[in-house]
Order: sequence, then C-alpha cells, then structure tokens
Amino acid sequence: MYIYDEIDQRIVDDRVNQFRDQTRRFLAGSLSEDDFRPLRLQNGLYIQRFAPMLRVAIPYGLLGSHQLRALAYIARKWDRGYGHFSTRQNIQFNWPKLEEVPDILAKLATVQMHAIQTSGNCIRNTTTDHFAGVAADEVIDPLVWCEIIRQWSAFHPEFAFLPRKFKIAVSGAEKDRAAIQVHDIGLQATQDEQGNICFRVLVGGGLGRTPIIGTEICAFLPWQHLLSYLDAVLRVYNRYGRRDNKYKARIKILVKELKPEVFRAEVEAEWAHLKDGPATLVAQEVERITKRFTRPAYQKLDALASGYVLALGRDKAFANWARRNVHSHKVAGYAAVTLSLKKTGVPPGDVTADQMDAIADLADRYSFGELRVSHEQNLILADVRQADLFELWQQARELGLATPNIGLLTNIIACPGGDFCSLANAKSIPVAEAIAQRFDDLDYLHDIGELDLNISGCMNSCGHHHVGHIGVLGVDKHGAEFYQISIGGAQGNDAALGKVLGPSVSQSEVPDVIEKLIDLYLERRDSAEERFVDVVRRIGIEPFKEHVYGGHHKKPAGRGEQLAVA
Amino acid sequence: MAVIIKNQQVAANNWLLLRPGADKSLPALPPAGDVIVSLAQWTAQRDALLARGGHLGVWLANTDDPAVIAGDLKHFELIAVDFPHFTDGRGYSIGRLLRERYGWQGELRAIGDVIRDVIFYLSRCGFDAFELKAGEDAQAALSAFGDFSEAYQTSVERPQPLFRRRVLGGGPATTQ
Repeated sequence: MYIYDEIDQRIVDDRVNQFRDQTRRFLAGSLSEDDFRPLRLQNGLYIQRFAPMLRVAIPYGLLGSHQLRALAYIARKWDRGYGHFSTRQNIQFNWPKLEEVPDILAKLATVQMHAIQTSGNCIRNTTTDHFAGVAADEVIDPLVWCEIIRQWSAFHPEFAFLPRKFKIAVSGAEKDRAAIQVHDIGLQATQDEQGNICFRVLVGGGLGRTPIIGTEICAFLPWQHLLSYLDAVLRVYNRYGRRDNKYKARIKILVKELKPEVFRAEVEAEWAHLKDGPATLVAQEVERITKRFTRPAYQKLDALASGYVLALGRDKAFANWARRNVHSHKVAGYAAVTLSLKKTGVPPGDVTADQMDAIADLADRYSFGELRVSHEQNLILADVRQADLFELWQQARELGLATPNIGLLTNIIACPGGDFCSLANAKSIPVAEAIAQRFDDLDYLHDIGELDLNISGCMNSCGHHHVGHIGVLGVDKHGAEFYQISIGGAQGNDAALGKVLGPSVSQSEVPDVIEKLIDLYLERRDSAEERFVDVVRRIGIEPFKEHVYGGHHKKPAGRGEQLAVA
Repeated sequence: MAVIIKNQQVAANNWLLLRPGADKSLPALPPAGDVIVSLAQWTAQRDALLARGGHLGVWLANTDDPAVIAGDLKHFELIAVDFPHFTDGRGYSIGRLLRERYGWQGELRAIGDVIRDVIFYLSRCGFDAFELKAGEDAQAALSAFGDFSEAYQTSVERPQPLFRRRVLGGGPATTQ
C-alpha cells in the first residue's frame, strides 16, 4: 500500500469539502443541474436508472483490509449492502442518495480513499497488472510509477476538461496483464541496455465504438521524462482532439485521423518545450514514493511447501482450485490467490458487505492485510504462504469465493448492464447467469480450458467484449434487446479484436450459440492444449459461423428451435 | 456596475468586450475607452486599433492558436480567453502557453462561461482575472482560490511541482 503523507491527505480532505459545498449549492438551487453535472462526474457520481451511482477509485487496484472494511461499512450504511467491482479496478455503489455522497466521501477520506476523476472527461484512475510486485515475470514493479502518475493526474489544472475520458495503464512484466494496448496511453515499464528504467509508450488504443490497438510512439522514454512526456501527449490531445462529436472525441480518433507518425511528431514538438523542465522527475521523489509503499515482510521459505503438495494429491477439488486460482509468485514458498467473484447466480463483480468483511479478515490472516482488484472483476490475495493455501481454500469456499474458474468460460467479465446502467442497450447480468448455468459442470468447464468471455451491455464496451475470446454485445433492435456475438478477441501481449460472428440473437438464445461454438471447438481442437482462441485463429471464423447459423443463408438454428434473427 | 475578479479581489470592469456579430461582421470601434477585440478584429484593423486612444486588449477563442499573437504582445494591456463552456479544456492550455511559452506578463482574463468552480484550475493555468458568467456572485466566488491548499503539478503560479518542493526544498535536482 502507498501510505499518504500529510499533504496527500489534505488534498483529499479538501476535495471532500469542495464537493460538499458543490452539493449544497446544487440542492439550494444556486448551482444549476447543467453546471453540476460535469462537476459531480469528476467525482464519480452518475445519475443512473434508479439512483445515483458512485464510483470509488481503487488506485491501480491496490486495497488494504481496513479500506475494504470501510467499503463494507459504506455498503451497509449508505447503500443496499453490496458493491460492484468494475473492469477498471474500481468499486461502484448503485444506491447512494445524492445528499449523502459528501458523507460517503468523508468516510473514504478517513482510509485514504476517494472518488476523484473516476468519471468525466478527465484522466481516470490509472490501472496496472493485478500481480504487480509479485509476478515471477516482472521486469519493473509498476506500482511506484502508478502512484507517481496518480499524483500527477489528480487535479491536473490543464487537463481537467479533455475532449473525452482518458485512461492510462501501466505494465511492468513480460506478460501484459494490464491491457496496455487498448488504453488511451499504455506504458510498458522496462529497462534499456544500461539497465536504466524506461517506458515504452503506446497511444490511441481503446475499445468502445471504434476499437483500436494502440500505436507505439516512443520505444524508450527515460523515467525522468515520464511526466513531461505525458504532459506533451495530453496537451496535444487537449488542444486538437475533436469536441464536436463525443463518439469521435477519444484520443484514438485523433491519432488515427492525423496518422500515428504525425501525432508522434506533434508530441515531440510539444515535448521539446517541456523536456527538462520542472516536471522532470528526480531520483529522490522515486525513492520517497517507494518508501511510502508498505511491502510484505516475507519469510524465508522452501520453494515448495510439502503440506501443499500433499493436499494437492489428496483432494481433487482443492487441486482443481489450485490449478485455476493459485498463481506463481516471485518469492519462494508464496503464491497469489484469486478469490472468484464469479459464482453462478451472482452478478459478476458483486460482493456483499459481509463478504467484504470476511475477505478483509482473510487478507489479514493470509496476505499481509492487502489485496488487489483485478480488471477481470475478481479479488486477489497476492502474498499467501503455500502452506496456508489449503486452509484459505476451505474458508474461501465457505464464503462462496472459491469457484475454480479463473481463466475459464464462467469467469465472465460483464458490465452492470441494463439492470442498472442508463447507457445500456441490453442487460448483461441475466445473460452471464444463463451462460454460467449452461456450463455449470466443472469437469466439462475444465475440459474446455482457457476461455475469456466478456459481456458489454452497449457499445461503450465496459465489459471489454472486443477482447474476449468470445464477446457478447447488447444491441438495440427496434426497441428489443439483442446480442451480437464475436469471437477471436484477446487481451495481453497478443491483443486482438474479435470478429462478429453473424446476426444478433435474442437473450434466451445466447447460451445456445455459446454451446455451439464450444461444440465445434472441442471437435476441431488438435489437443487439450489448443485453446478456443487458438482454434479460431487457426481455422478462422467461417466454420464457427456455419456451425451456429447452419450455412450462410439459412436462419440460425439451436436446440431444436429456430433462432430469431434480428 | 459590472465587476470582475482580479488578483483575487472584486474589481470594477472598465473594459468593453467587442464580439463579432452572428454574421461574423466586426463590431464598430467606439471612439474612446478601453476595448478587448477578437483576434479577427486585431488582424483586420491592426493599424486603426494602434492609432486610437484607450487601452487595447485582445481575446482568443477556444480554437485560436496563441502563437499567432506571440509577436504582438507588446501592443496589448490585456489578453482574454473565451470559454464557450467551462468544460472546453482548450482555454486552459491557451492560458498556460501564453504565460509559459510566449511570456505574457499582463492581465490574463477568463471570459464566457466562467463559474466559481473552475477558478482554482484557471488560476493555476495563469489566469489572474475572471469575468464570471451572469448570475454568479463574484464576492462569494473569492473563496474558490482556497478550494485546495496544495497541488501536485507544476503550474504557472508555482512552477515547482510538489515533488520538487517536498524532496529538494527548492535545491538542485539530480536526475540520475
């Protein structure tokens, strides 16, 4: 955890007071609804379908047990006893009252949390690898750099009102678990030949209506220049990004319209003025931030705990869980554990207040009081002794948090969808549930192997359907909810955008389509090692199309009945 | 009398702001008095403007490039930046560029849809005068300068970012 100093705390407290005053003026009628709207959005407050929705920042997904308990407290006192972890490592409350939001923010501030810039056309919460600091394949720990970026982006005076929202992701490992290729700016922390820390800078990636993979505009940016370079990119975007059409306002459109090499030249020209200026980072600051992070006091342990190995051989259910939900760790004898928030019947990412308290206890008992939120909407205990895994598993199972499905089809990533969100065309949660129910046989699920399934309720793509091996997108067809299925997307180093399979289908037909896709995959894979997405890449989408729709011109058929085509 | 906020105080506004008509026609120049003219009017009537009495200011639209007037700064007493809406972020960059790149030292005024809630950001971008939109209470808005007691970034009013002040106390930086 990064521990605030007195100034960090003061800035967050100032924000609470500022927002309290804005809310008061709005309720008193001296701040108009139109003027209040962008101001409250910069504090994560949406007016949603039923009530305001408050999005609380979890900077780079790192959370202390005491903070999780505060979130549980908020869920009980000001909401309906639960929260929803989003795909951007934040948590959302769906039922707060507008007039009580300042009190919620004040409570958050007591545990060094806030809702700053979790919405609106500004620089949003910076996200990173959920295994940052513990991953075996890590080159540079991204956490320190994320905090430096958090401070730089918080209330940046020049970039509070960008053409559109702006998301930065940082990865420091060989395997990209932060989706840096589909962010407005993706930073890959690495080392140059002399061993100095530097960043590879990608720009203009994103999902949404116009999914684009980001372009590299700088191969080796020395760390000293990180902030001045970000200032340069943001200034070019702020000045020249389109503001006439919100669907064309993201930086990816500017990069595309200018051409990446022209955009790069603009940034270089701007940076020439800013480089070596006061925003240039200094070693003392990096050291200061590094020291303000608490780090686990690891014990010296054997690489493999014997009790753990014995339990794996003795208990098949435990072994299944370990295979999917336990991850390797850079420190001998430790492991990272994913607590699955994807139990069938529970909306993906939802956690009750009681579960939050219980998870906080698990974190205290087994993982140095710290946890992470993953962009797959699960929680991670990053520093668990192998010797404790069996006990942890038993307790997690009692809490309904040990579904052994990480990386599998039922680890569904889904936005809140039409049940909550006023932007959505269609519901996400019932679709996720119907799919999870169809694939509830664990052996079958493990046999299918690794498969990312993502559901978005609309083109805003909060469920990241473009990068799902199977993506499901809610669409509106003449006022009815339909779903467009795409396949072949991927996140990570080999990020790719899925291709649309064919005409959209009704809600009840989605599980049938998924099942048909899986049937064909199992028939065509060359071995259990060949994943669904590998088969799609090898044989293309045509065979899948044909299998689902029964030929190019015929109407799709599934489960003995005709599928309605929309 | 119309008022503005200047140097964190409520002050009288003695300037006449000239905006082009809906058909983009340039407004007539009053025979006397201080005027703020659009970039288009400055470009078109430069000699007439320099010849007339009274002080001269120019205002930039959100789409204007401040580089265009970089060589003309000595002719102006005041530069204003227009905000069609306070959420149009271009004006914030224009302010910084005028101060930090082109060296503008005189009054920098925010005009248009300026509300109390953006004063803190604007002042950090170099604005020292604010003509609030109709209905805003200038006296009450003065508290906006104290919305935050600290800020992380480099800014016009305080070029040294917090991290330098924290770790260096203003001393020299090492970047190795």
